[in-house]
Amino acid sequence: MFQLFMRRAIVAVLMLATVSVLAFSLLRLSGNLAAELAGNNATQEQIEEVARSYGLDRPFVVQYFDWLGAAVRGDLGRSLFSGEPVAEIIASGLPVTARLAVFSVLLIMLIAIPLGVIAATRPNSWADRLTLTIAAFGQAIPNFWLGLMLILVFGLYLGWTPISGQSTWQHYILPVITVSLSSLPATMRLTRAGMIDVLGSDYIRMARAKGLPQRVVLYKHALRNAILPVVSVLMVTFGHILSGTVVVETVFSLNGLGYEVFNAILRADFPVVQTVVAFLSCVYMLLTLFSDLINAKLDPRIALN
Amino acid sequence: MTIQTTHADVPSSTFSEGRTLSPAQLAWHRACRHPGLIAGTSFIVLIALLAIFAPVLAPHNPYAQEVSQQFLDPIWGEGGSWTHVFGTDALGRDVLSRLIYGARISLTVAFLAASAAAVIGTAIGMLGGYYGGRVDAVVMYMITCKLALPGLVVTLSLISIFGSSMIVLVLALAFLFWDRYAVITRTVTMQLRAREFVVAAQALGYSKARIIISEILPNLYSHIIVILTLEMAIAILVEAALSFLGLGVQPPTPSWGNMVAEGRAEMLFLPHLVAIPGLAIFLLVIAINLMGDGLRDVTSPDGR
Repeated sequence: MFQLFMRRAIVAVLMLATVSVLAFSLLRLSGNLAAELAGNNATQEQIEEVARSYGLDRPFVVQYFDWLGAAVRGDLGRSLFSGEPVAEIIASGLPVTARLAVFSVLLIMLIAIPLGVIAATRPNSWADRLTLTIAAFGQAIPNFWLGLMLILVFGLYLGWTPISGQSTWQHYILPVITVSLSSLPATMRLTRAGMIDVLGSDYIRMARAKGLPQRVVLYKHALRNAILPVVSVLMVTFGHILSGTVVVETVFSLNGLGYEVFNAILRADFPVVQTVVAFLSCVYMLLTLFSDLINAKLDPRIALN
Repeated sequence: MTIQTTHADVPSSTFSEGRTLSPAQLAWHRACRHPGLIAGTSFIVLIALLAIFAPVLAPHNPYAQEVSQQFLDPIWGEGGSWTHVFGTDALGRDVLSRLIYGARISLTVAFLAASAAAVIGTAIGMLGGYYGGRVDAVVMYMITCKLALPGLVVTLSLISIFGSSMIVLVLALAFLFWDRYAVITRTVTMQLRAREFVVAAQALGYSKARIIISEILPNLYSHIIVILTLEMAIAILVEAALSFLGLGVQPPTPSWGNMVAEGRAEMLFLPHLVAIPGLAIFLLVIAINLMGDGLRDVTSPDGR
């Protein structure tokens, strides 16, 4: 277990270095960030002035290590647009996005796992068909459009829910539904496939032969093994939701991380963009590391490999 | 990941009349009896024909603005008429015509992006799978790094830097999609590497490049087509989302995503302006997914 952790941690540090370089180069790819910041009508002198004041005239490597060094010491830079520290921007946006992601993952678990189990135990039943239909819908509905339709029906026509903002828990109902539906199919299919796989195995037949009740066979023997890949996929889903809320946050006017980074992208606000990209990659890596460790804990065979 | 078996593994099945079918014939035989595949493919062909013959089929010019004709009701509305079946938008442009022209954008961008991703991903996956060892370690590393990056944020940044021309859009989306091809082609290439026909080619002294291109690649086509279809579906959704955010296809060019964005302001009173383009995206994506799942079924060895 410890060895696995060390091995994974070393790879994670290496990846963090690579990803931070990529994040750092992202807005610099155009070749001339200073010209972009100075605007369309800027003279050559003004562009040079901008480059000097932001330190963009220094060599790329120097700029990178300067940024990285400051970041390691806890200084994530400041927004070019508002002058606000990037750390504060992340701190103000993250809770909203994290709430959205946590609620969505909970909803996904509540719906996908039971439906997946029922669908697997009764192939071709109504539950199975319902599962596959929900999966097909979830994969095909454009999430920005689903958000707008939910706003229209539940917010405007029926008036049951607020339609924008983030002040109460009710504000999260529609965004959470929107996010969950598009992330639901993967978990549901995996639970269903995993259960079908496990239910066909010898030890389940053995458990049934011993005369154990269906409930015990399903939830104690089968689900425990089928749940392993589901745990990983839920972690990955959580990571994807955290980094993919740009669209949903725009539709529901949530001031989360996605909204902040989208505005920063539009303004070429590179300190914000590079730091948020690096931050999200970091979170994703931690999540996958965590899910590997959970899996190793749940299934000792993994740790041995 | 599930172990994928390839075309080469399909045992030539014998049917009642004792005739032996090649894998391609077998797939065709199954395809003709696969309702999902037939329905999905027919719908896509229909939309593709609409897109290709848009100038002939669209009842109006999708760019023609007519201020006096703004916000006309669709056919089911009070003032609806057959002249503008789906009504007109804020600038008096015919919604149906814009929808038909929008299909061009959706299909072209999605197909080109999924294809570009296929080329990049397959090349990377085959290299890792064939060479193994250090090359493979680098390939795996690239894939893990790609997965860790917040894809949508990176795509948005790329487009905002390089402008939202068609080529940038396609390449930025290709960046988002190459990894699935790489993962699957890598695994399959690893399995193929040990097969007799590859060993035979090695024994004949073929160069590595020749073995990869003429011995391994043809066995990957069925996988690539299945992934291409499913990725195209996702590409349509992402392209629509980008257009909705204003970083995709730029107005006045009609795309389904920016039609939703434009209709948003009048959503309460004229919900059809938002509902119709969204439904179009939804139906097209459902159809493509049906086709992709169907193709996977008919090309897999056991024909599930």
